[in-house]
Amino acid sequence: MTSSMNPAIVATDLRKSYGDKVVLDGIDLMITEGTIFALLGPNGAGKTTTVQILSTLINADGGNARVFGHDLTREPDAVRALIGVTGQFSAVDNLLTGRENLTLMADLCHLDRAAGRQRIADLLDQFDLTEAAGKPVSTYSGGMRRRLDLAMTLVGEPRVIFLDEPTTGLDPRSRRAMWHIIRALAAEGVTILLTTQYLEEADQLADRVAFLDHGRLIAEGTPRELKRLIPGGHVVLQFADQEGLDSAARTFAAGTRDDAALTLQVPSDGGVGSLRSLLDQLDHASISVAGLSVHTPDLDDVFLTLTGQPDARASRPDHERAPAR
Amino acid sequence: MSTLSLAVRDSSTMLRRNLLHMRRYPSMTFLLIGIPIIILLLFVYVFGGTLGAGLGPSGDRSQYANYVTPGILLITVVSAAQGTAISVAMDMTEGIIARFRTMSIFRPSVLTGHVLGSLVQTMLSLVAVTVVALLVGFRPTANAVEWLAAVGVLAMITFALTWLSVALGLVSDSVETASNLPMPLILLPFLGSGFVPTDSMPAAVRWFADYQPFTPVMETLRGLLLGTGIGANGIIAVVWCAVISVGCFFWAKALYNRNRTA
Repeated sequence: MTSSMNPAIVATDLRKSYGDKVVLDGIDLMITEGTIFALLGPNGAGKTTTVQILSTLINADGGNARVFGHDLTREPDAVRALIGVTGQFSAVDNLLTGRENLTLMADLCHLDRAAGRQRIADLLDQFDLTEAAGKPVSTYSGGMRRRLDLAMTLVGEPRVIFLDEPTTGLDPRSRRAMWHIIRALAAEGVTILLTTQYLEEADQLADRVAFLDHGRLIAEGTPRELKRLIPGGHVVLQFADQEGLDSAARTFAAGTRDDAALTLQVPSDGGVGSLRSLLDQLDHASISVAGLSVHTPDLDDVFLTLTGQPDARASRPDHERAPAR
Repeated sequence: MSTLSLAVRDSSTMLRRNLLHMRRYPSMTFLLIGIPIIILLLFVYVFGGTLGAGLGPSGDRSQYANYVTPGILLITVVSAAQGTAISVAMDMTEGIIARFRTMSIFRPSVLTGHVLGSLVQTMLSLVAVTVVALLVGFRPTANAVEWLAAVGVLAMITFALTWLSVALGLVSDSVETASNLPMPLILLPFLGSGFVPTDSMPAAVRWFADYQPFTPVMETLRGLLLGTGIGANGIIAVVWCAVISVGCFFWAKALYNRNRTA
């Protein structure tokens, strides 16, 4: 997707504190035009603050940043003309209808009447809101509201879009629809900075990912590069008794055994071929296995390894990692 | 686009937004018109006989209806201003304000939209209240020019109080606070020449009543509509309105531009 290597956003040593609390502790960013950049981190890591600074909503205490060469503090209006922001909390006018909201944006972007009307019709169509266009936004569902929000951001055809947790609180279907829209925008050459708490989302969408923790970037790279930072995948074998575990441990000398849980962790790339050979070896040794799970590294592992919270994953039920709210 | 035409264009866009809000929720407008009408009826039909007698040897209820109407018109303006403070505070809790701040638009247009919208709303309220006043015995003697001047004076004080209430709406951290902060304003017509002549008051109260901004405005209106003496009140009213408008405009602008964390 990178037709050019122009930097769209360059930030150096961004700092922000509220009173004693340091929210951003020196952030450097370089985002190439036409790419999707994901800023990942838990709540309170400083994601929203970063977006608020880069979108001219608040001033940084230190450091500087440019959007297409325009300095944020010296030329905020030049920056504002290039960007679009869809924040975490829906930025729509609840008393107006969907169409009135879009018309408001078209007027504020100073589109002429005909061009504005055409743009609004296209966006309503693209975001599947034509039917609801005449209804007040207060009657919209969460997914519709988020789509309208993004449509409003796009009226002025921004070259850089900030999406602050664009899918938080959406059901899986609306979430997938939002991903589809984001990919299509990037394909058109729009630069996208998105923040998310969902590692899967960053993995799915982003060309580059940065991990933010306690106001610092702790790692940055492509999802593939980041996954390489941590040890490879493995297969976990679960046994019914100590005997099974003992004989399996003899067969797979490279495994790591856990006597309390009666499990053996065997290094594996998780591929079908290696799984088959593993099962064959078990068969051959007549070892009965109660259960088996394949584990390939994902960004969760990277994040948890980097933040030094390896135990958090085990103690956290799986569904908590899925978008839920 | 020049700054001025940008300012006009964006402000009129925001005005359209505020007028749509009012059209969609007319109950607020009715509530704001209701307060001055109730006070008018109360003072003409309940207190009017007695208070009218206090105006002079020939004073009666109908004369009191004439006397009290300029004060009631200011109560209308204040009541509408309270609505402005509430709607500004409510607006500031909406995410769309953050969106406006990140757009390349005339920055105070959110505020000028509110002010212009409130001006329209207040003028409509004033028409409604004036009609009721005429029904209960208000008999103005003004000619066309004097009417026009009275409308101008009302527009001036509305403009000033609207900027004040926009600032009060911005300084409030909640909608409840915004609803309470302008409350004292509604007392000012009472603590002035709105309901009884100031020379009937004790010295300290009278001093306040004579020098507070509402009194010259009400005396000017009374002079224009009923032919009483205006004297220096016209000039004083204009100066008060200008000072309040300019001061509150800059106050509101500074409040709007301050960094917000959320």
